[in-house]
Amino acid sequence: MESKQIFWEDVEVGYELPTLEKIAHSLMLVKWAGASGDFNPHHYEDAFAQSQGTGGTIVHGLLKHAWLIQLVTNWMGDEGFMKKFSCQYRGMDYPRKMQTMNEPVDGEIWQCVGKVTNKYTDGEAHCVDLEIGVVNGKGETTTPGTATVILPSKGA
Amino acid sequence: MVPNELKAYIGKIDPPHVREVERGAIRRYADAVGNDNPLYYDIEYASESKYGTIIAPPGFFGWSSATVPSSEGIIGLMTALINAGYYRILDGGMTYEFFLPVRAGDTLIASPKVKDVSAKEGKSGIMIICEFETTYLNQNGDLVARASQTLIGR
Repeated sequence: MESKQIFWEDVEVGYELPTLEKIAHSLMLVKWAGASGDFNPHHYEDAFAQSQGTGGTIVHGLLKHAWLIQLVTNWMGDEGFMKKFSCQYRGMDYPRKMQTMNEPVDGEIWQCVGKVTNKYTDGEAHCVDLEIGVVNGKGETTTPGTATVILPSKGA
Repeated sequence: MVPNELKAYIGKIDPPHVREVERGAIRRYADAVGNDNPLYYDIEYASESKYGTIIAPPGFFGWSSATVPSSEGIIGLMTALINAGYYRILDGGMTYEFFLPVRAGDTLIASPKVKDVSAKEGKSGIMIICEFETTYLNQNGDLVARASQTLIGR
């Protein structure tokens, strides 16, 4: 599935990563709870979510963090190494409900986006800094973040 | 602005706990994210990669993914937050520094501590900001990663 490896020389400041599309739905949140060990009822129990002041169940921040990590690792390829990562959960995201066993109702699509903000060498390492984020269906960045990645160099 | 019973947790260090990074747990984690990178489940593919084996996606350190899910520090502080009236608790964000990849079969030693508890005046009143830092060493004693998670009580 991995296509060709990207090299440090292939990117410049302003380069945009291929967008990763995601649809959050209640089935995905259940799977995430089980796989991650985050069983906070805020993500599956409407009444409890109401008491927490978010108006309904919300997407796990850590699931959105995992989407952003996927965005970056898909792009950097097997030879890349993620050195730093940071994200902040600024806005709530609300999962779609399920209408069948497997299919959610129509609704919002989330886009994970990223671009190169800096490119430099640090000793032997060929680094790029990225600005990343999860953008909701209204175009709002609910989960902004940054990452630093070491890419392979054609010269190395 | 931070109540004393919450301040008391600053610097609290929990005993390290051991996490085995199982191949099946990595696969289930990647599947739950919708991440189909073969490095996380295809043994043949992964064995020919530079890692020589299945690795975990960055941010997965063996079940569970939450920084300090069962440590006395986080549970104690969360309970104290609720008792102090800050019962609406939200995850604020995560920051990592990565030093080494995590391989299937690794045994990680996670050392969590309460890094800071501070207060901030928000739109809806005072917010208590709790920062937890966890360092992960592998079975060779090498530093794998450092994670900082922020939880906000309102």
